[in-house]
Amino acid sequence: MVASLTRRFGDLDIAEEAAAEAFATAVERWRADGVPPNPGAWLTTTANRKAIDRIRRENKRDDKHKEAQMLHDNIPPEPLGAIDDDRLRLIFTCCHPALAMEARVALTLRMVAGLTMPEIARAFLVAESAMGQRITRAKAKIKAARIPYRMPSADDLPARIAGVLAVLFLVFNEGYLASGPDTDPVRHELTIEAIRLTRLIRALLPDDGEVAGLLALMLLIEARRPARVSASGELVPLAEQDRGAWDMELIAEGHRLVRERLAAAAAGVAPGRYQILAAINAVHTSARDMRDTDWSQVLALYDQLVRLDSSPIIALNRAIAVAELDGPEVALAALDRLEHKLAGYHAYHATRADLLRRLGHSRQSRAAYDRAIDLAGNTAETAYLTRRRDQLR
Amino acid sequence: MQYLVSVIHDQAGLATPDEDAAIDVFNDRLQAEGHWVFAGGLASPDTATVIDNRGGEAMFADGPFLESKEYLAGFWIIEAADLDVALKLAAEGSKACNRKVEVRPFL
Repeated sequence: MVASLTRRFGDLDIAEEAAAEAFATAVERWRADGVPPNPGAWLTTTANRKAIDRIRRENKRDDKHKEAQMLHDNIPPEPLGAIDDDRLRLIFTCCHPALAMEARVALTLRMVAGLTMPEIARAFLVAESAMGQRITRAKAKIKAARIPYRMPSADDLPARIAGVLAVLFLVFNEGYLASGPDTDPVRHELTIEAIRLTRLIRALLPDDGEVAGLLALMLLIEARRPARVSASGELVPLAEQDRGAWDMELIAEGHRLVRERLAAAAAGVAPGRYQILAAINAVHTSARDMRDTDWSQVLALYDQLVRLDSSPIIALNRAIAVAELDGPEVALAALDRLEHKLAGYHAYHATRADLLRRLGHSRQSRAAYDRAIDLAGNTAETAYLTRRRDQLR
Repeated sequence: MQYLVSVIHDQAGLATPDEDAAIDVFNDRLQAEGHWVFAGGLASPDTATVIDNRGGEAMFADGPFLESKEYLAGFWIIEAADLDVALKLAAEGSKACNRKVEVRPFL
């Protein structure tokens, strides 16, 4: 809805506020009068009215002109495809290269995926006020510098895609391991949304390897969702998951995409980071159990990935593969080198706690679990870490 | 929508003849395609004078108001439908004058 309001009114703030006001009105009105026969259309009409009201209130000369335009809006009611197009345009606006990378991601999460400010702040490990300022500043720039609300030209499209993919992967991750203590541990609506948007981009750019790679990656992770949280609401790590509960259809689709990219790599097209991550997940989803996993293949892929992406989080995940191949002690040494970069990241401490536990260093392991529990926001993960800590002797 | 394209440079010395020629070609294109509003190159920052008449009596001071390694060497004012168009033109301008440029929208 925000996307189509933005198209109509050309202003993110107006669109966002009008949508929020329409929902608030709906909550009141529907409680008293019952839900209208077509709730979607009711919301759209109400939001349009709210937006026009607001423009009237502001009563500026420019806006008067805009209002005249809006009242004579000839845009016909949209078929379903047009809504996707609107959303895609909104994504490209939010991911515009004239905005700072952090702002692009934050703005897309806010405007396209509808995350709240605290959720976005948590996803980036920054204070909520700083995140709010970042979004406000980005919106002001879109407006003042007239960052267009439309699809990039064919020449610009490939370059604009990378930023969009980074954003979609973050949305997916927030869904797969929700950061807030007040939300469900797995926010299915976000993972589904991220996959949907990635499919949309793939339809647009079927030959882009990284788009295919990201889609495969998301599908192979999403396939494991049914096994990821136990009946008691605890996160289940990969090693302990019931692999029979995995979604074989999603895995088959993901593997198909990975094979497509492997064929391209064999023909000399160097794979990007999403394709390599997808390949790693293809190895995991091909194994009958943890022991059956081809860890040397996983490590080889991480080595390839480290050359492309020096992120400490990649190095952390590589260390987990190292632990399986060379033992926890070697992995722990690798982890120590990451401490200064990842001291505020819960997964760093959780990994460390697990390695220390395997080495029989209970006291240090407990301290690391404590730290991980403090930093982890996801309720299922906290439950799992707490049980693991309390099992230490 | 108008944008200021500032040319930013960090060395003394004016444009070379090759750069001047490339700028002329770019300017002709701006005019032919209706993007041209105004453009000009500026003399070095040493030639600047700062005036402050806020206190009733104008004060004059020699030199630029901001001493920095990078300075404004010239500018274009262009007409463009939106930032994408402005950025494309600015990229070509940067290539033509062989210097960094900054794009800023007018209010």
